[in-house]
Amino acid sequence: MDRYSRHILLSEIGQIGQDKLSKAKVLVVGAGGLGCPVLQYLTSAGVGTIGIIDFDAVETSNLQRQVLFGLSSIGKNKATAAKERLTDLNNEISIIAYAEKLTYKNTLQLFEKYDIIVDGSDNFETRYLVNDGCIITNKPLIFGAIYKFEGQVSVFNYQNGPTYRCLFPKPPKKGSILNCSEIGVLGVLPGIIGSMQANEVLKIILGIGHVLSGKLLCYNALTLKNTTLKINKLEKNIWEVLNNKSEFKSRELLDNCDIEIPEVSIKNILFKKNIQFVDLRESDEKPKIEVLKIINIPLNSLESNLNKLDKTKEIVLFCQSGNRSRKAVSVLKKHHLENCYSIKEGALEINNYIKKHHKTVGK
Amino acid sequence: MLITIKYFGQLTEITHTNEETLDMLEGTLIYELLETLYRKYNTLKTKDFQVAQNQELVDKNTKLTGQEIALLPPFAGG
Repeated sequence: MDRYSRHILLSEIGQIGQDKLSKAKVLVVGAGGLGCPVLQYLTSAGVGTIGIIDFDAVETSNLQRQVLFGLSSIGKNKATAAKERLTDLNNEISIIAYAEKLTYKNTLQLFEKYDIIVDGSDNFETRYLVNDGCIITNKPLIFGAIYKFEGQVSVFNYQNGPTYRCLFPKPPKKGSILNCSEIGVLGVLPGIIGSMQANEVLKIILGIGHVLSGKLLCYNALTLKNTTLKINKLEKNIWEVLNNKSEFKSRELLDNCDIEIPEVSIKNILFKKNIQFVDLRESDEKPKIEVLKIINIPLNSLESNLNKLDKTKEIVLFCQSGNRSRKAVSVLKKHHLENCYSIKEGALEINNYIKKHHKTVGK
Repeated sequence: MLITIKYFGQLTEITHTNEETLDMLEGTLIYELLETLYRKYNTLKTKDFQVAQNQELVDKNTKLTGQEIALLPPFAGG
């Protein structure tokens, strides 16, 4: 067992601890900035079963912080690409890649298979889904989140401790807080916060040290000031989740979710006629899509620009990742615009596809 | 009573500072302190955040007792 000798040498871990690690099952939600370092350290530590769920594909702009990926991963699904890299790092453990989105439908069944859940997602919808799923399946949740130069870390739902809903009972107003693809983030920050999450996972499995339960650690990379805030358990917020358990599986992502969001692929619509393309990104987001005729309406001003939409055409919306375009479709549906679709690919993929085929566009 | 107020995340983009000190009357409630801050920073009111007093999350109806208040917004990034 040369591979784990530096852990085994530690009296706090030893062979007994190493055996605990090899029996542990950890699911990591999101193989992005936080997920990558978490996965890297859990894999090298020899955690026996590691699940990775991510629906997204690797883009060049991810390489600044998502340390498991390289040029050869571009365009590949993140869970699959992460598994490839991690298998090279350690082929003595079992790594399972789920190349799909975490939804209300698959959460409980998936969480049941693991001992510990790590949240490395990048949006509030998923964060509340992960938290509520952990409450219902009674799994500890290793929480990490970042904003520009600051990070938050905590362990929720651990040995009857508080949950994310005891800290922030309800998701914030939509669009009030942007994510990394929209505002930027210091590349090393998710490395620091993700490593802290990995550390909490290892301590829980090994039963050593103090677990960051009932506390939120706030880290600032610029000032190097750590603030630890005490979180009290709010039983009522937890009971609300448990009381709605029976409806959990039938819920849909996006709050207004009796609506189905129609999605299309750029591959199927590039050559279609009578389409109006709408870029929902802010004016400084790259890459610009040059070849197609496109109108630019950032998501937050969509509702005040409805007159710019050509109702005689099919309205096809896109953004950097496919998140905002889904939201935009639900916004337009509220305004009774039915003939609109979200492109499931992000701008980079769209641009690459168009570049490859642009000679034939418009002919 | 001097109170140090700490701001986190995007709140610092409104306040342009990580912390400041305010002189508040004894017996003031947290939400009254927040109203004072909303008058100073108009857009703060539109933001979601929780309040901690002396490093402990508290309800907005809690009386100001401590030296330190922290305003903490949720982060989604990953």
